Amino acid sequence: MDWSDFSQLLAGFWVTIGVSLAAVCIGVPCGLGLALIRWRKIPGLDGMVATLVSFLRAIPSVTLILLVYFAFPGIGLSLNRMEAAIFVLAVGTMAFDCEIWRGALIAFPRDQLDAAIACGMPRGLRFRRIVLPQITRACLPALMNEISLVIKVSPAVAVIGLVDTTRAATRIGADTYEPLKAFLASFVLYAVLIAAILAAQRLVARRIGAPA
Amino acid sequence: MNAWLILAQHSGLILRGLLVTAEITVISAVLALLLGLFLFQLRLRFPLISPLVRGFIDLMRCTPFLIFLYLVYYALPGWGIELDAFNAGILALTLYNAAYFTELFSAAWAQFPREPVEAGLAFGFHGFGLFRRIILRPLIGIALPSLGNQTIQIIKDSAFLVIVTVQELTYAANEIQATYYIPFASFVVAALLYWGLCLIVEAGVRRSLRRSAQML
Repeated sequence: MDWSDFSQLLAGFWVTIGVSLAAVCIGVPCGLGLALIRWRKIPGLDGMVATLVSFLRAIPSVTLILLVYFAFPGIGLSLNRMEAAIFVLAVGTMAFDCEIWRGALIAFPRDQLDAAIACGMPRGLRFRRIVLPQITRACLPALMNEISLVIKVSPAVAVIGLVDTTRAATRIGADTYEPLKAFLASFVLYAVLIAAILAAQRLVARRIGAPA
Repeated sequence: MNAWLILAQHSGLILRGLLVTAEITVISAVLALLLGLFLFQLRLRFPLISPLVRGFIDLMRCTPFLIFLYLVYYALPGWGIELDAFNAGILALTLYNAAYFTELFSAAWAQFPREPVEAGLAFGFHGFGLFRRIILRPLIGIALPSLGNQTIQIIKDSAFLVIVTVQELTYAANEIQATYYIPFASFVVAALLYWGLCLIVEAGVRRSLRRSAQML
């Protein structure tokens, strides 16, 4: 592996980071939306969301990305590699984010809601001022852990030919006939990134302290 | 409409893929569970080895499974070990998940009540006998929900084995879609079958939890 190989690997690394970040930025708010649907127990939608989440949590990202990339054009939804990758990772993390948000919503103290109602706060304001800041705080460590999980499944996007870290390593391995070195290098990149995220997560969890 | 018919004609291929996925999951889950228990014991009893186990767990937690699979797949021949894709896949899944299982057992141990252990010691149990007869069952009971989730993770990670050409469920679906151009039908069916496998695991966990609740 020479310098040009390494710069290829780094280019792939940026794709990994970009795709994962985009997925998290889409998945976390969508997960909150789904969690709110389940929290309010909106008839009909509640059951549908529960089924969707159960399904999405079960299906492997590799299978899902093949489905999205090869089968969606057939139903009139053509996504390029990058879009398909972000979509699949976002949808995958959304299901888990929904469960994280829902856990915090279920644990949210009823008396605070009653107090807000007694103060005459309308529903939107109640959610924005009272509920959201507190559940965000409670969910932050779990959501940060989710980021590391997204990065860990992100190599799945390599199967459709998007050149992320993993795909770059495969290419370099094929060019240099030294796949082990290429994968070791990519392993170091992933491990450092994920270790950094987990360290940040522990820091945040400590700052927030034990749940009151 | 035609696509579903073609798929039905080749349902044997899909079923074989499903069986291979189930086989991979069961073998690696059982092996990872045993290895996880072993590492958990090592960590608990041998303070000298404990940092090594800790390091292994941290390393696995920071590695994407596919990268680990590639490393195992390409490193083994260099050490003179020749494994086919299937066995290399089982080995990678087992080692990777053993680290997570060890962590889950440690977490369960942290909330394990001290009284039964004290009582066991008072009755003269010690060492492996104490662990096997007094600790093991309730420990697995406490860890069961998270062990179930990790098994679901094994099912999902097993799909990565398609990349090193193991002929599991995703491989079968991909073969059929490539031959007959019916991507939608084949991948949707594969996805539903994965869902089915995960629901079976969840139902199993729920059942054993209910049963262990009845025993108490």
